[in-house]
Amino acid sequence: MNEHLDGNVLAGALRELFTVDITTATGQCVACGTTGALGQARVYPDAPGMVARCRSCDEIVLRYVRAPDRAWLDLRGITCLQVQLPE
Amino acid sequence: MGIVSRGFGGRRRAPDENLPPGQYLVTDFPVLSAGPTPRVSLDTWELTLAAETGQPRSWDWAAFQALPQEDITVDLHCVTKWSKFGTPWRGVSLDTLLDGMVTTAEFALARCYGGYTTNLPLADLRNGQAWIAFRYDSADLEPEHGGPARLLVPHLYLWKSAKWVQRIDLLREDEPGFWESLGYHNYGDPWREQRYWGD
Amino acid sequence: MARAAVLGRLTWQVGTVTEVRDETPTARTLVLDVPDWTGHQAGQHVDVRLTAPDGYSAQRSYSIASPPGGTKLELTVQRLEDGEVSPYLAETLAPGDPLELRGPIGGWFVWTPADPGPVLLVAGGSGIVPLMAMIRARAGSGNRAPFRLVYSVRSADAALYAAELADRARTDAGLELSYVYTRSAPPGWPGPAGRINAGILTAGRPAPPGTAVFICGPTGFVEAAANLLIDAGQDAQTIKTERFGPSGGQP
Repeated sequence: MNEHLDGNVLAGALRELFTVDITTATGQCVACGTTGALGQARVYPDAPGMVARCRSCDEIVLRYVRAPDRAWLDLRGITCLQVQLPE
Repeated sequence: MGIVSRGFGGRRRAPDENLPPGQYLVTDFPVLSAGPTPRVSLDTWELTLAAETGQPRSWDWAAFQALPQEDITVDLHCVTKWSKFGTPWRGVSLDTLLDGMVTTAEFALARCYGGYTTNLPLADLRNGQAWIAFRYDSADLEPEHGGPARLLVPHLYLWKSAKWVQRIDLLREDEPGFWESLGYHNYGDPWREQRYWGD
Repeated sequence: MARAAVLGRLTWQVGTVTEVRDETPTARTLVLDVPDWTGHQAGQHVDVRLTAPDGYSAQRSYSIASPPGGTKLELTVQRLEDGEVSPYLAETLAPGDPLELRGPIGGWFVWTPADPGPVLLVAGGSGIVPLMAMIRARAGSGNRAPFRLVYSVRSADAALYAAELADRARTDAGLELSYVYTRSAPPGWPGPAGRINAGILTAGRPAPPGTAVFICGPTGFVEAAANLLIDAGQDAQTIKTERFGPSGGQP
């Protein structure tokens, strides 16, 4: 499918790796500096892997591939992720 | 494997000895993309082939269209498990484009409008194995399927048939492309089911 | 600010269908008993996985229709024309059958009763499901913030939860309901069928300050609705969208 979906689509895939919901984590796009939650990204879910792009500049913020027994995650498009944790 | 769902069959998966392992046959033509469809005007389209030595060679659309063209019918195999038999394309063979090129490079990296890249051995682009395709099923190749022109290398998984191809660099050292650097197999032979690293 | 609880990694669970309820001729609600269900928030979804005897599996996401707090989980499934999974869920699955799922998933497209601000919900077709969970969650809590639902459907008989929404529009204080009929309007409808427009979305007045907007449905609908709101002055940062994909879901 060529049209993108919303960042929420990342939630299920990344919940296999992380113990927090990553779509509410915030970060800054390396390319354009826009900050926001990963839930706001534009997601191409079956590229054949999953590609998330910045809602402002469309550059890649995250890439993810899931094999039956492994997964790969590339977060180079985000400067860093900030995750809320319970105190 | 999950629990079996009573009465669930899924898409019809007729076994077929022409299918590589793990694939199923489709009759539509799924569109997979890592980003928005690039819109490239024929006025500005250019294809460049660059060896590691010497000048790159480039074709604008008119020069490209003036090259010898071939009509071919091939099977496509996508790593997401769908296969499509008997797809008709028209394109220019990489043998034509590489003709007379002086190189000792063993590897190639295709670069595309929109930023996608994929790598493969130069040997896999030669000898009637690869084309720059610009027509599909008797019509101009649509943008969502890679138009104006895409690389077509049917003996490898379809992610190697880079859509919106713009440039092919011949390299002395292999350089993993967009998916090859994130878990997908560096070579990608569907008949040996080389989907991911280490397969 | 969304609070993220530290959870275990997500794993597949098996629920049992206890009841099915027809919503329309092509959609029904599955009521599931899921032991060890840890609870969820309105707007979240589950991934459902079906496996054929030869091991072939297909996976889709479905929004949770039930509000937080119940003992059972409810999913409302719209049967899609060329569907691989939805016909199975909407027709074949029966009470007593197991269903493999994992969740709850998604902390972004979520509303909780702790949010005090007014809310605009915009639903296209089966996009009503997560928004219905929000309406139900609100009713079961003390939250009385103004909720306005704009629900776009092809025709009256395609609308999910029609009777319940009619009841709630009468009895849930602060809930307003507007329909958009895109193919055929019901008898007595003041006006022709037509697509969503700025007038219906804004009801001729600016949204109260602090309004949070949730839009859910097929991709084309979500884009159109979001653009109409932004053009009418709604801050894009206040709009959360959940696109189901071009057909209203992956078939």
